[in-house]
Amino acid sequence: MKSIVLYLHAHQPLRIKPYSVFQAGTDHIYFNDETPDTDTNNRFIIDKVAEKSYLPTNRVLIDLLLKHPEFKLSLSITGTLIDQLEMWRPDVLQSFKDLIATGKVEVVAETYHHSLAFFYSRAEFVKQVAKHTEKIRNLFGITPTSFRNTELSYNNDLAYWADEAGYKAIITEGWDPILGWRSPNFVYKPSYTHNIKLLMKNYKLSDDIAFRFSNQGWSEWPLTTEKFTQWVHAAGHGGDIVNLFMDYETFGEHQWADTGVFDFLHAFPNEWLKDPNHGFKTITEASETYESKDYIDVPQTITWADTERDLTAWLGNDMQVDAITSLYALEKPILESNDEVLIEDWRRLQTSDHVYYMCTKWFSDGDVHAYFSPYDSPYNAFMYFMNAYRDLTARLLEKGIAL
Amino acid sequence: MKVLMLGWELPPHHVGGMGVACYQMCKELSYSGVDIEFILPFTAKFDIDFMKVTPAHDQTAEEFMISGGVYDAEWFTKKKSKKLTIGQLDLRQQHDRYAHNVAKLAESREFDIIHAHDWLTFRAGMLAKQITGKPLIVHVHATQYDQSAGGYGNPLAREIEHQAFMMADQIFAVSQYTKDTIAREYGIPSDKIHVVHNSMEISDDLDESANLHRYLEIMKSNGYKVVVNIGRMTIQKGLTHLLESAQKVVEKNPKVLFLIAGGGEQQEELIRMAAYYKISSNVIFESWVSGKKWRDSFRIGDVFVMPSVSEPFGLTALEAVGFGTPVIVSKQSGVGEVLQNCFKVDFWDTNQMADMILSITEHDSLAHSMWLNSYHEYRNQSWAKSARKMTDHYNYAAGISS
Repeated sequence: MKSIVLYLHAHQPLRIKPYSVFQAGTDHIYFNDETPDTDTNNRFIIDKVAEKSYLPTNRVLIDLLLKHPEFKLSLSITGTLIDQLEMWRPDVLQSFKDLIATGKVEVVAETYHHSLAFFYSRAEFVKQVAKHTEKIRNLFGITPTSFRNTELSYNNDLAYWADEAGYKAIITEGWDPILGWRSPNFVYKPSYTHNIKLLMKNYKLSDDIAFRFSNQGWSEWPLTTEKFTQWVHAAGHGGDIVNLFMDYETFGEHQWADTGVFDFLHAFPNEWLKDPNHGFKTITEASETYESKDYIDVPQTITWADTERDLTAWLGNDMQVDAITSLYALEKPILESNDEVLIEDWRRLQTSDHVYYMCTKWFSDGDVHAYFSPYDSPYNAFMYFMNAYRDLTARLLEKGIAL
Repeated sequence: MKVLMLGWELPPHHVGGMGVACYQMCKELSYSGVDIEFILPFTAKFDIDFMKVTPAHDQTAEEFMISGGVYDAEWFTKKKSKKLTIGQLDLRQQHDRYAHNVAKLAESREFDIIHAHDWLTFRAGMLAKQITGKPLIVHVHATQYDQSAGGYGNPLAREIEHQAFMMADQIFAVSQYTKDTIAREYGIPSDKIHVVHNSMEISDDLDESANLHRYLEIMKSNGYKVVVNIGRMTIQKGLTHLLESAQKVVEKNPKVLFLIAGGGEQQEELIRMAAYYKISSNVIFESWVSGKKWRDSFRIGDVFVMPSVSEPFGLTALEAVGFGTPVIVSKQSGVGEVLQNCFKVDFWDTNQMADMILSITEHDSLAHSMWLNSYHEYRNQSWAKSARKMTDHYNYAAGISS
């Protein structure tokens, strides 16, 4: 039996409004840009992505789940997205609940705030994971058994932590320098762990959908379900699983509806399941069903981003490092404040997207479309972030807490 | 390809960026095989071997400068000792005489193209075209619209500009911003306007010697930061907006100093304004300087701000990057089309301008990332690309297929 492990990740940050130093110390709300039709207006973005992606995707998925008993998937949804859906789009949240109520959808654990806390404060990281798990339990009535870290960032330490924490599986990128001659189409075990299993993304096949689907310059365009089924079948040859990991927003937002991506999603499982030896598994199921084939050793940190597959899109320049280390340096006084609003604002600023917007990797080439940012430039992103940071420090000082 | 190039100034006898741009542009054109005769309105010694420089008439650079150089307004703000005496020419007379002499000179020359830079040479260009029938290209470094900060400008000059834009076979604009201005403000069809970006010759200024701004050096070693602007003090340059921002910056951080270097008819207004805002101790006005002093003014800056109300290009922003200083430019500037790694702000948004100044002066990580990335852009720009574009258009205008 060859199984597809389909995993979709849903996340939206709370973007900082163009926040001036003159607001620092007076305006303590950083995420409430209500200017119509602007990309820092979080409600506007949520509405847009809900209509373009989440709702139509979930309509297709619920149909598949009800129609095909064999169809299953895993998903993760960040706390920052859930918060926003609760505020503005409960109908979208309900559509996720409907999927999960079928009993065939696994929800994957992660940090509530889509943060890089693991690399800066283990204590803070653990709290954010616990907060996310609690939210998932309250909302969907299930407790996650698999783990993904922000941007599929991963190393041996993370696997060790997840193993100790009792997770059955963890996922990351199937990056060639790590795999070497090995194939991503098997279950593995992380080095130095006892029970946990590791699933690694088949990025070639995942990216055929996530990045290349609508690219008319691609020699394989258009991607048909027949063709893709053949590829997945061939890739799984001799393998047990094919891990198709991608953003939820692939459907409808990165690849627009008029590219036919929803039709593709709707038709593909049917095509795949025509072969009785083909199936679907959730992440945890796959880790329990298949034997692990080898140990995977990842001393350095890898992610699923860019051609480098590392953290340089978030921590690649001086501004990014300056911003994130300044923020984490506030951990002690912030927690000491016992002020829930203040603590939550600090955590919302930890969302990795904020430092991602400061990335200068592609900026000089004028290729500003290579990354999505609501700001004029990485420098503006840094400026607004640091102004919000200043306000945090001012709020602490006003409370009589030393920095 | 022979070009009759009409210009009003060349370094070191120049007051604006146009002279520098003409010099560097002609050098690159000449390297790519263009034979240039450059007609100036005065005689002077130049260290130029790549083209022939010919005076339209016999007067020294000093005599000529008394008439006001490129900018009419200069004439009215000159010191008493430099007043015109009877018999000397004012700018309009200089302009007329140049046109007359160029026309005469054109008759005796062989060339394929007339290439004229800004309104003071446009009438000469038009006359030369009428007499010889050769194609005329006008090169726009600044319009009256820019120089009057979005107003009408000098009616005489505006009239000449309009006529020349109509009569020219092609127009070279130093930026898309300028191309749009010409199309919008002068009603010129945009298909005859071509963007030829200015560039800056790369200077490998490894000057490690002590900065001549001793006072600012001392202040910097005591935790002060320096914001620099270098240029003419005139409405076009938006310096009143910079002072308004300065007031807001100093309120937040008194350890930020502003070095405003240059001269112009607006200088006194700016000094009064700084006093009105009670920031005179934070604002240092400096007159025109040259050589090392001038370079050191760029080098001493922690950030260079160009708040122009309407800036066709803005070479000084590139120069600042070359001297190691990150920049903030107004969104109403052409240089922003070739320089991405900088802050861009609407000239009137003095709150955001202050915000940007405060960010750069407070965060070395920002200042350094921004400068380093902009320095890569600076190193990668060159006149070669613009020269290729110009020669293509020369060939087209002259009916030569390349």
